[in-house]
Order: sequence, then C-alpha cells, then structure tokens
Amino acid sequence: MIESLISFWASLPIALTTVIVILLKIVAIILPLILAVAYTTYAERKVIGYMQIRMGPNRVGPKGWLQPIADVVKLMFKEVIIPEKSSRFVFLFAPIMVLAPALVAWSVIPFADGMVLADVNAGLLFVLAITSLDVFGVILAGWASNSKYAMLSAMRVGAQVVSYEIAMGFALVGVLMASNSLNLSDIVNAQAGGIDNWFIWPLFGLFLVYFISGVAETNRAPFDVAEGESEIVAGFHVEYAGMAFALFFLAEYASMILISALTSLMFLGGWLSPFEGTFLVNIPAIGALFDSGIHWFLIKIMIFLFFYLWFRATFPRYRYDQIMRLGWKILIPVTIVWLFGEMVAIGLGWTPWA
Amino acid sequence: MLEAYLPILVFLGVGFVLATVLLVLGLLLGPNRSYPEKDSPFECGFAAFEDSRIKFDVRYYLVAILFIIFDLEIAFLFPWAIVLDKIGVFGLVSMGIFLGILILGFIYEWKKGALEWE
Repeated sequence: MIESLISFWASLPIALTTVIVILLKIVAIILPLILAVAYTTYAERKVIGYMQIRMGPNRVGPKGWLQPIADVVKLMFKEVIIPEKSSRFVFLFAPIMVLAPALVAWSVIPFADGMVLADVNAGLLFVLAITSLDVFGVILAGWASNSKYAMLSAMRVGAQVVSYEIAMGFALVGVLMASNSLNLSDIVNAQAGGIDNWFIWPLFGLFLVYFISGVAETNRAPFDVAEGESEIVAGFHVEYAGMAFALFFLAEYASMILISALTSLMFLGGWLSPFEGTFLVNIPAIGALFDSGIHWFLIKIMIFLFFYLWFRATFPRYRYDQIMRLGWKILIPVTIVWLFGEMVAIGLGWTPWA
Repeated sequence: MLEAYLPILVFLGVGFVLATVLLVLGLLLGPNRSYPEKDSPFECGFAAFEDSRIKFDVRYYLVAILFIIFDLEIAFLFPWAIVLDKIGVFGLVSMGIFLGILILGFIYEWKKGALEWE
C-alpha cells in the first residue's frame, strides 16, 4: 500500500508535486492561524472580562471553550445583507481584499530556523508591501457601502493607516541598518548569541514606535476611531453582516497576530531563546525547552497579543486629532532622530548589535 | 532565485480562493429575506435623505500626498540600509544630506500647519 503510494508520488510530474507540497505547507500555516484567530477572540473576551471583574463567556462548552466555534457557526448561517444603494460587486469584493493580504503576509514568516514557506531575500519589503494593501479593502468597503458612517470611517482609516505606515517604515529601516538584510530569517540570526544581542536593546525607541504603529495600523484600541462604536457605530463594516463581516473580523485578528509575530521577529529574536548559551540549555531532558525553537516564537507572539488585549481593556480611545498628532509629530520625529543616532553610531564604528 | 517566490504566488491564490469560498458559503447558507428597511443604509433609524458619497475634508487628501513623499523616502532608505557596510561613510553622509533636505520639508509643512487637525 505504502510502496504503491510512493511510486505513484514519484510518477507524478515534478511541477505538480512541488505545488502539492506548497499547498500542504500553506494548509499547515492557515489552519493553525484561523484556529489562533478564533481563540484570540475568546481570549480577548476572557481577558477583558477578568480585567473588569466578570467571567467572560462561560456558557458554551466547559468554561466557554466552544464559544468561538459557536460564533463561527452562527456567523455562517446569518444573512449577508447587501444594501440596495451599494455598489454590489465592490461591496462583496472588499472583505476578500482585506482578508487575502492578511493571510498572504504569513508566507514569509519564519517560525523556526529554516521553518519558512518562502525564504525570499526581500521578505521584509514583501511584508511591508502586502500589509499596506489591507487599507484598500477598508476604503473600498467604506465607499461601496454608500452609508455615511462607513464613508466617514473609511476616510479616517485611510489617513490614519497611511500616517502610521511612515513611522512603521522608518522603524523597519532602523532594523535593516542593524541586520543588513531584508530576509526575516537573517534578521533573526543577526540577533543570535543571547538575550543581550536582541535588537530591542539598541533599537528600543524603534521597538516602541513599531509596536504602537502596529496597534494603530490594525485599528485596535486605543486607536480604533475607525470602528468607534460611540461615534460612528461600527465604522466601515457597519453595513456588513454574516460571513462578509466575519471576513473583516478574521482579517483584523490575523493582522494582529502578524504584527505580534513581526515585532518578536525583528526586535525580540523570533524563535531564539532568552537562555541561549547559558547552562540551562545543557540540562538533560528539559534542556531542549530552554533552547531556541518555535515555542519561544509562539510565547513571544502571545505576549504581544496579550498587550493588544490589555490596551483595549485599559486605555480610553484617542481623539482623532490626537491620533494624527501622535503619528506625525511624535512618532515620526522620534524615528528620524533614532535613525540619525544609528547612522552616527555606524559611522563611528560603534555597532553593539554586530 | 525567482522560484523562491512561487509559494507566495500559490499562497496569494489560496488566500483569495479561501476568502471567496467563505463569502460564497455565507451567501448560500444564510437566509435571504430582504425588505426595503433592511436594505437601506443604517442611519440610526432615520431614512437617508441624501446620497452618502458627500464632500469630505481636503485634509485627508493632504495627508495622502504627504504620505507619498515620506513613503518614497522609505523606499529609498530600504536598499541603502542593506548595503550600509559596503558604502561606508560616504553612503552615510549622502543619506544624511538627503534626509536633511526632507526634514527641512517636514519642518516647513509642520510650521505651515499641514499637520494640524482642528
């Protein structure tokens, strides 16, 4: 049986087998990702619940564990309402346009040493390009809905995302100057050799700017004026219901996880262990837990995701003019000054990261 | 070298197909009982009395223009940062001058009030 399968596999044309292998890898990325998205929503409701001294969802399944599944099923069987005045095709295309880039960006993320779908040498450039595509979907959604709230929100999102993209790009340039590579695996490997080699120490300002911009970029609290329930109801997806809304939801959480992953890759050494090179690694049996591996990457992602939830539970929403002021007048000058400092340091040959 | 990008292309296809399938599934599985009130744009219970594609503030447009300038700058900085160890002090100084000119522009737009909201 197994031999016949192997010979059948060998008889397939190479082009076909390559594509099948790629597809299997993609499934191995997307399925855990969607599961992670589902349980991030659960974690969000639980964490915020406990921060507000209540239980959070606890009715569906033991301790509410099945809540996300129930939500998915519910959304699946809800009506997708298409407003009569909307542009039908654009209205339906917008959620697709939001979700697809949020998923595709994961193709260049290295989960552990060599564990990456597409090991391209322009990885970071690709991530920057593909994540900025998300805003198109949002603006299309706002325009196509032909609703005042959606339109206002789309305008706000466009200006806000675009503003924070600059600070984000500058922060990335700082990382590139230290790593001399756009390949995400190389960026992580440049931080090898213990916790003090991580880029977070020499680039601390850029790290803060990057994560704040990431929160603003994904339109999460405290920068969620795009959705701002108290002002514009639900923002750009006010007219969306059922599965069309679920796609926006999926994309938002996939982007959150992506930003967390990127922050840990670029500043916290991705899959590298904080105990790298210490005696803990040599302990028999449990030493592997302290050594570098995918588990450290996942732990770091979870830490940043927890920050997202924590922000949402504790910060009041920024006013729109405050958001723009923070982006243009604080984050951009901070990054420029930091870049100049880095340039001077490199010019003087003082490179603590090398 | 280009074949390293094949998985991305496939992933792009999978991403769009998955999103489309989910949407179509929602359209098929959900009910379809529409009536004029449900299909009208949401406006807190009021009937919409004009088209929603109204005039909007020119500042959004201004922000977009400023963004293009800065994003181009970042596009210039990316390849520069990669070859930093090969171009040495000359590369650093020339990028310093380039950034300096852009910062002058940034200060100008700041003083002109292009970044003010209100």
